[in-house]
Amino acid sequence: MVGPGPGGGAALENANPLIYRRSGERPVTAREEDDELPDSIDDREIFGPRAPPHPGGAECRRASASESEVPAGTCLSSRLRGGRDRPCRPVNDAESTVAVEFTPTIPHCSMATLIGLSIKVKLIRSLPERFKLDVHITPGTHASEHAVNKQLADKERVAAALENSHLLEVVNQCLSARS
Amino acid sequence: MRTAGGPAAAALGAGCHGGGRGRGRGGGCGARHLRPGLRGRAAGRPRRGGGGRSCLENTDPRTRGRGIQLLSQVLLQCYSLLQEKEVLHLVLFYENRLQDHHLVIPSVLQGLRALSMCEVLSPGLAVSVLKAIFQEVHVQSLLQLDRHTVYSIITNFMGTREEELKGLGADFTFGFIQVMDGEKDPRNLLVAFQIVHDLITKNYALGPFVEELFEVTSCYFPIDFTPPPNDPHGIQREDLILSLRAVLASTPQFAEFLLPLLIEKMDSDLQSAKLDSLQTLTACCAIYGQKELQEFLPSLWSSLRREPLLQVFQTASEKVEAECLAALHALSACLSCSVLSSDTEDLLDSFLSSILQDCRHHLCEPDMKLVWPSAKLLQAAAGASLRTYHRVTSSVLPLLLEQYTKHPQSSQRRTILEMLLGFLELQQKWGHVEEDESTLLSLRAPVCSVVFSALTDPSVQLQLVGIRALTVLGSLQGFLSPSDLELVVDHLIRLALHEEDSQSSKAAMEAAGSLAPNYPKVFSGRMVPRLEEELQSEREGESPRDHRSLRQRCLQALAAVSIHTSIVRETVPVLLQHLRKVQKGSEAGNAQDMVSVCQSLHRVALQCQRDAEGCWYYHQTVVPCLLAMAVQAAMQESAHPLLGKALLKEEVLAAMVPVISAATTHLSPELAAQSVSHVVPLFLEGEVSFLPQNSFPCSFQPFEDGECLEAQRRLVVLLMAFVCSLPRDVAIPQQERLLRELLALSCSCNCPFTATTAAKCFAGLVNKHPAGQQLDEILQLAVNRMEPGLAEGPRRTQALTLLLWVTKALVLRYHPLSSWLTDKLLGLLGDTELGPAAADGFSLLMAESPDVLHKGCHADVRIMFRQRFFTDNIPKLVQGFHGAGPDVKANYLKGLSHVLNHLPKPVLVTELPTLLSLLLEALSCSDRVVQLSTLGCLQPLLLEAPQIMSLHVDTLVTKFLSLTSSPTMAVRIAALRCAHALTSLPTTVLLPYKARVIRALAKPLDDKKRLVRKEAVAARGEWFLLGSPGR
Repeated sequence: MVGPGPGGGAALENANPLIYRRSGERPVTAREEDDELPDSIDDREIFGPRAPPHPGGAECRRASASESEVPAGTCLSSRLRGGRDRPCRPVNDAESTVAVEFTPTIPHCSMATLIGLSIKVKLIRSLPERFKLDVHITPGTHASEHAVNKQLADKERVAAALENSHLLEVVNQCLSARS
Repeated sequence: MRTAGGPAAAALGAGCHGGGRGRGRGGGCGARHLRPGLRGRAAGRPRRGGGGRSCLENTDPRTRGRGIQLLSQVLLQCYSLLQEKEVLHLVLFYENRLQDHHLVIPSVLQGLRALSMCEVLSPGLAVSVLKAIFQEVHVQSLLQLDRHTVYSIITNFMGTREEELKGLGADFTFGFIQVMDGEKDPRNLLVAFQIVHDLITKNYALGPFVEELFEVTSCYFPIDFTPPPNDPHGIQREDLILSLRAVLASTPQFAEFLLPLLIEKMDSDLQSAKLDSLQTLTACCAIYGQKELQEFLPSLWSSLRREPLLQVFQTASEKVEAECLAALHALSACLSCSVLSSDTEDLLDSFLSSILQDCRHHLCEPDMKLVWPSAKLLQAAAGASLRTYHRVTSSVLPLLLEQYTKHPQSSQRRTILEMLLGFLELQQKWGHVEEDESTLLSLRAPVCSVVFSALTDPSVQLQLVGIRALTVLGSLQGFLSPSDLELVVDHLIRLALHEEDSQSSKAAMEAAGSLAPNYPKVFSGRMVPRLEEELQSEREGESPRDHRSLRQRCLQALAAVSIHTSIVRETVPVLLQHLRKVQKGSEAGNAQDMVSVCQSLHRVALQCQRDAEGCWYYHQTVVPCLLAMAVQAAMQESAHPLLGKALLKEEVLAAMVPVISAATTHLSPELAAQSVSHVVPLFLEGEVSFLPQNSFPCSFQPFEDGECLEAQRRLVVLLMAFVCSLPRDVAIPQQERLLRELLALSCSCNCPFTATTAAKCFAGLVNKHPAGQQLDEILQLAVNRMEPGLAEGPRRTQALTLLLWVTKALVLRYHPLSSWLTDKLLGLLGDTELGPAAADGFSLLMAESPDVLHKGCHADVRIMFRQRFFTDNIPKLVQGFHGAGPDVKANYLKGLSHVLNHLPKPVLVTELPTLLSLLLEALSCSDRVVQLSTLGCLQPLLLEAPQIMSLHVDTLVTKFLSLTSSPTMAVRIAALRCAHALTSLPTTVLLPYKARVIRALAKPLDDKKRLVRKEAVAARGEWFLLGSPGR
């Protein structure tokens, strides 16, 4: 019985995606309010961008949103960490590195590059310069994984992409705080 | 119309004579009666008779139109003066004119509108006017305003001539359908929808035109309208939606057309269309019956379930989901209400069967993906009526119980129990459990065993749900058997006292508190003794820390269950007994224990306030006991000053204040008077006879001088707690003497705690003192003592404290002396020694004080005192600032900051522009309080008044950026928020600063505090988007 209703024509690309429980707002601890004690930068501090708007109709948008959406305010690491069997700590404050893996929920997600780019731009804007960023697709979850990873790792290509005002617009839309 | 000087007179002539010409004699008669009325208005103007005649006869339609326009405008002014015959002739004239040139029609309609408002319209005319309009005018080819006129005419007639119009039968409906067919303007639509609504609700004959009427209105559904920017008419989308919905949901006759439309739109891709359809369906269910719904139930159900079951994943559809559930609820309720005849099938039953069939199996799915949506659908249906509830729960509850035992994992069990809880909460809606038909009652044993197993589960989350379920079960009258109840209490005690997790323990206490009023006997007989036992037990081998936390929990639990008077009578003696025991003990840190007892006592006091008997019992028991203990301790200390009683520590005394205060505020005046006649003599005369165990070694004289009486003087704080909380109409014996003693104590005592307390007590009494000579005298006395004290000497601080509290007491009640005192205070800001303290005093004046001078203790507080203080004193503060020397300037800024901090922000935003220059200067002040409050004021201003702020963008950017490296975290956060708020200024103003700000904000990204980084990320992200595409 779960399927497109009588009104909606197009079948969903991925009708029944895997859903994660949201971590919710992080409660402020007494330690965080203490002026003296330092808090190290940790996993929950990097927040996810919104899913990009899909050029297709609403039916498509629904599909893409559930494919790879990372709701704003959700911990990227829980969504984007690689396989559950190898726990990885995406943020390492001491060594100034961030490694983010993201998992498109279907292997042919056409938005993977854009999502990766959005994550990367968000991290560039939000983290101190000392951090070395690494954004890539969780191994084995996307058809053109290597191509996408290569694009994301190439600084010049990222910079060039952001020169493209159309692309920048879409990325900015994903990062805009407004709904 | 030769000149503009006499349009009214010209029109009069034109109208009457013109009308008269067409219709014979009537014109002259109309003119005769009209003239006097008009003369009154156009007195002194030259009258010209025949000027307009040619106008109405003129062959040029424009000129003719102008003539009629003039006549219509006159009629709009004076329609109420017309007589029946005049109206008759005017109506006939206007009806005739409807056939005229199209340029003339708008003016004709105006005239008819004026006539439609006449009360003297003869019977039959309304009908004939409407017929003429329906016949002659093609309404939709007119301009918006003229269409609106037609609607107004119809509305006017419907208001006054309902019976006549109904005589027209379905012709009227048909005529109106033609009038509104094709209407596009939202202003007109609102009126037209109202007319249709009236047609239906006032039972006009719709005849064969039901479908047409539906078509002509439903074509606007769902409403898609965005008001243009700067729309002067202020019509919102929501207005149209609601008025159309009122039409569509006004009659069951529309059902056969409307329901297919709603079903179609529910499956739409547009979220707004979905929402509107669902809300309309919910509205329809209020008037529909089985007959209307029957045919469409299967498709309605399949559309309703679609949203929750398919799209739970999408956060945006939460609203749609909620509306789906509301619609399902309404639908089930509608079906349950319908009367069953014996030969039809029970639609409700088959409807629920299909819901159960579609949802039930999801509840068993091991991956639990569709569990919640299904449960919500079932709960929405079950909540509609008692019948639906029985039908759904008899099928679902056994299933859930079975699933609970099947799934051993706590996370899955938690989900199942949460669903179960949802169904149990629905049962609460119907109150008691009915003996014979309740499925719940037949499942009592398994439900209880499931809930109890959750309570013993190691998972805290599961425990918490279990505790909630327990609360619900307990609230169902007659559900828990006595033996179950004892088990419940045992579980609650165990969780409250011994559960490691503080969340569970707290929840268990709250649950005990909410169940206690239902079962007072069980709780006072079983729970209180157990808690008492735990409190008294001295366990060997336990670390003192564990022991203390156990005692803490006992105290909290005792307070939590003290809801019912009979329980309070058990718990209060236990708490007081424990306080005595702690006082006798010599353990280190027992001050903390006493504070805990006082906190519990305070909670009990608050819970007792609601009922008079409990309140008096509490007051009578607790207040003398606390006073006796304090007096005894003070005397012992007077005798052996080195002993150092914990009870007399400031923190313990401060913890007793809210207890005594809460025990006093809700007393009835008679009982309060009885109590005050004991307490005041105790302090003034050492009259100890009313205290329990009143054999004391020496006398109690808190207001006497003497080195060794220091401890006794401190107890004035208890007097303050009592006497300042009394209702205003309770007379205080020897008040004058008391006030003098307090005044003397506040000025002469060296101990700051005692001096402040005395000043507060004095202020609390002065605030409630009735105005008059006595008050003036006592205030004069206070001023006389303060002035020399403030001027010089060792006790300037005490004098300042007294000044502050008295000022506060008088500012609150708008006493005339308050402005003199405030000026005195403003003067002290320039004092190098007292200035900073005086500046901080402004916060005391503006803030809510916790123990005295607030509404809760019956103080005289005027609602707008803060605003008034602001308007009265800000100019003086600003002036003082400009005239002050550099070393004291900061005091003025600080005083200003405190005042601004306590004002509601909307008030501030209108006033702040005048203070802007001062605020900008305050940004450079090095005082942390000033910086914080200034930033806090500027932030809303940036959002609300970006134009004014743009002028200062350079200063603002520089200052904000420099404050982001302040050593104080709160200042850094506030500065970053302001930097974020800057982005609401016009982009062109900001762009020159973009690169600089982004560079500067990179530094706080690496701040050591997480909360600062969070703000930096938000601010920097927003600055990146400035002037960039896709913002």
